[in-house]
Amino acid sequence: MSSHNQDTTVAQTTQEARMGEGVDDRFNSKLREAFGSSPFILTKFDNFMNWVRGSSMFMLQFGIACCSIEMMHTYAVKHDLDRFGAGVPRASPRQADVIIVPGTIVSKFAPRMKRVYDQMPEPKFVVSMGSCTCSGGPFQEGYNVLKGAEEVIPCDIHIPGCPPRPEALVYGIAKLQERIANGESSPVTVKPYELEQFGDLEQDELVQHLADQIDEEDLVMRYNWAESQ
Amino acid sequence: MSLEAPEPATQADVGVTDDGLDYDTLEALLGDVVIDRETHLNAEAFVVQPDRVVDALSVLKNKAGFDHLSCVTAQEYEDRYESIYHLKKFDDPTQEVSVVVPTSVHDPTSQSAESVFRTADWHEREAYDLVGIEYDDHPDLRRILLPETWQGHPLRLDADQEQPQVVPLREHANPLQEDHPGGSDTMFLNIGPHHPATHGVLHLKTTLNGEQVADVESDIGYLHRCEEQMCQQGTYRHQIMPYPDRWDYISAGMLNEWAYARTAEDLADIEVPEYAQVIRTMSAELCRIASHLLALGTFALDIYGDFTAIFMYSIRDREVVQDILEDLTGQRLMFNYFRLGGVAWDLPEPREQFFEKTRDFLDELPSRLEEYHNLVTGNEVLQMRSVDTGVIEPEVAKNYGCTGPVARGSGIDYDLRRDDPYGYYEELDWDVVTEDGCDNFSRLLVRLREVEESGKIIDQCLNLLEEWPEDERTIQSNVPRTIKPDPDTEIYRAVEGAKGELGIYIRSDGTDKPGRFKIRSPCFSNLQSLPEMAEGEFIPDLIAALGSLDIVLGEVDR
Repeated sequence: MSSHNQDTTVAQTTQEARMGEGVDDRFNSKLREAFGSSPFILTKFDNFMNWVRGSSMFMLQFGIACCSIEMMHTYAVKHDLDRFGAGVPRASPRQADVIIVPGTIVSKFAPRMKRVYDQMPEPKFVVSMGSCTCSGGPFQEGYNVLKGAEEVIPCDIHIPGCPPRPEALVYGIAKLQERIANGESSPVTVKPYELEQFGDLEQDELVQHLADQIDEEDLVMRYNWAESQ
Repeated sequence: MSLEAPEPATQADVGVTDDGLDYDTLEALLGDVVIDRETHLNAEAFVVQPDRVVDALSVLKNKAGFDHLSCVTAQEYEDRYESIYHLKKFDDPTQEVSVVVPTSVHDPTSQSAESVFRTADWHEREAYDLVGIEYDDHPDLRRILLPETWQGHPLRLDADQEQPQVVPLREHANPLQEDHPGGSDTMFLNIGPHHPATHGVLHLKTTLNGEQVADVESDIGYLHRCEEQMCQQGTYRHQIMPYPDRWDYISAGMLNEWAYARTAEDLADIEVPEYAQVIRTMSAELCRIASHLLALGTFALDIYGDFTAIFMYSIRDREVVQDILEDLTGQRLMFNYFRLGGVAWDLPEPREQFFEKTRDFLDELPSRLEEYHNLVTGNEVLQMRSVDTGVIEPEVAKNYGCTGPVARGSGIDYDLRRDDPYGYYEELDWDVVTEDGCDNFSRLLVRLREVEESGKIIDQCLNLLEEWPEDERTIQSNVPRTIKPDPDTEIYRAVEGAKGELGIYIRSDGTDKPGRFKIRSPCFSNLQSLPEMAEGEFIPDLIAALGSLDIVLGEVDR
C-alpha cells in the first residue's frame, strides 16, 4: 500500500512477500512456536480426532419452544456461539453433529424428533437445553408431555434453567467440547426404531386394536408415564 | 374488494343503549331460540338448544352486529357438557354476548357454528379433541392438538391422565408418494414439523400445482403442553402466573401475564393501584417491542433465507430491551413479574439509572427504525416479495377471527388497548396503527409502526413514573392470601397481546383453583386463515405469508 512496501517486495515472489523473511511463519501461533523447528507432531490418532471433533461442531438448526429464543440469541450477536467453534446452524440434520434440544417435547413431536436424530450422521452429540428436556420442567404433570428428552434420545449434556441464559448454554457447549476433546463423550450408536410389541402392556382389546392398526413399517412410541416417573 | 353491502347502522345497534347493552331486546330478537339466561361477569349469556346454534348465532351476527366470534369454550359439568360461544363486535368489543349450548352427558352432540363463523372450525375441533363434544355438520371433525391415535379426551372429568398412549410415525413414509395420484399433476409436500421456516414445530401439508399452492393444511399440536390443565391445577394467587409467560414466549411475557391478571382481578374483584398500572403499561409495551422486533427479524429470515444483517440487527435491539426488562424483573424471558393486584416489586434502584437506560434506548429507537425502513421496507427485493402477496380481505379476516397486526394490516381498526381499555392506556397519547394493503407488506409495516407507538407510550410512562410522589408508590393492593371466588362465577376477558386478542375464560368452582381455564390464543385464529392467504400463490409466498402472520407455536398449541 505504501511506498515502503513496494520497495521491499520488488525482488520477491508473491509467496515470499507474504511470508516475510526467513522461516515460514504462516502458522505464526503459540502452537507453532512450541513445535520448534519440526513441523511434525506425534500423537494418537484418536486423540487427534477427538480434538478435531470438539473444535469444529456443526449445530442443527432446531427450535422447539421457549428455549429456542434464547438459543437464537446465543447464535446471534453479543453472545456469538461461533466464537467457540460451534455456531454454524445447519438446516439439515444430515449436515449436523450436534443437536440442541430446546424445549418441551410432547407425544406428537417425540417420534419426529427421534427421526431427526436418527438422520444425523455419527458421531453425534445431544445437548438438552432447559428444564423441560431434563425432566419435563414446569409441564411435567401434563398429560401430553414427555418427562425429559432422555426418554427418546441419549443426551450428553443437560443445561437446566427455564430458560437457561445464553451464557449457560455457551458454558454447556464449551463443557461438551471439552468432554469430546478429552474423549470422555463417546459417540452413541442407537439402534434404529423397532416396532415394540407393546412390551408389558396388558394385551387387552384396546392394545390389540391398536396393534392391528399399525403397520410393521411404522415407528411406534409408547408412553407410560406412570412408570417413567 | 368486498362485494358485501355494508349493513345499515340501525341493524348493528340492536339493544345498544347509553348504559351498555340491553339484553332483553336481544333476547326478544332471538325469540324462542333462547331457553334460559345466565349471567357471566363479562356479559349475559343466552342458553340455546343444541340444534338451534346456527339460528342463534346467525341472528346475532347478521341482525345485531356481533361479527366477532372471539372464542369457543367447551367444558364438562357433572350433569352436562357445555359449549360457550363468546361473541363481540369488531366495532366495539365492550359489547359482548355469550351463547351457551348445553348437551347431555350421554350424547354430547350439538350443531356446528362453522357455517356462520369460519373460525369455529378449529375451535370446535379443539373442543372435540380435548373435551369430546361432537359437532353436527362440522366439515372436518377430527383431532387437532393430540395425535390421532390418542385414546380418550384429556379434559374430561374422568380422564385418566396416566393411561398409556401409542403414537405412531410411519417409517419411510414418502412425502412425495402422493405425486401424480390418479393422473393429476399435483405434488404433495411436507413442510415441517422441523423446518427453519415454520417458526417452531408446525407441520404444513402442502399440495402444489407446479409451483403454486393448490392446498395447504396446517397440522398443529407438536407443542401442545397442556397449558390449560396446568392452570387448572394451580392456585389463583401465585401458581398460575408463571405459565402465561410460556404461551407466547417471544419476550411477550408481560402481555400474557396481563391477560391472566386482568381476568383474575375482575373475577375476584381486586383493585390495582395506579402506580402499578403505569409500570405494567410500560413493561408490557417493552415486551411488545421485543416481540415485534423478532417478528421483523424472522420475517427477513424467511424472505432472504439466511441469517442476514436484518436478523442480527433485530436481535441486537432485542438484547437491549431484554437488558432493561432484566433490570426490572430479574429475568430475560420468563418474567413472572405481575401479581394479582399489582406487580412483584418497584423499579430497580437507583431509579435514575433505570430511567436513563430506558431513555437511551428510546432516544436510539427512531434512528434504528429509520435504518429498518431503509433496510427492509424500502428494499425493492423485499417489496417485490411481500407487496400484494398473502392478501386477506377484511371481511375474510373478520370471519376467521383474525386480530392484532394481522387484522390491522387488513385495515380493521381493532385494538383492545383502545377499544376495551385497561391499564393506563386510556390516559396516554398514542394511536392505533392500521394499513389497508391486506398483504404481507402491510402486516410488516403495522408491526414496525407499532414499535414506534410503543416507544411513545413508554416515554410517557417514564415521565409519569419519574414524577410520581415517593409516598404514593404502591405497587400492590391488599390481596387475600387465598383467593376463592364464588362458585360458578364465569368470566371471559381479553387483552391486546403482541399477536392479537389474548383472551381467558375462567369458571370458578368455589375452590382456590379454577374449575375451567380456557385460553383464547390469537395465533390459533390467525394461523387458521393461512390457506386464505396462501392458496393460489407461489410456494415462497406461502412461506412469506406464514412469516408475516408471526405465529408462535407455544400459543397456537398451548
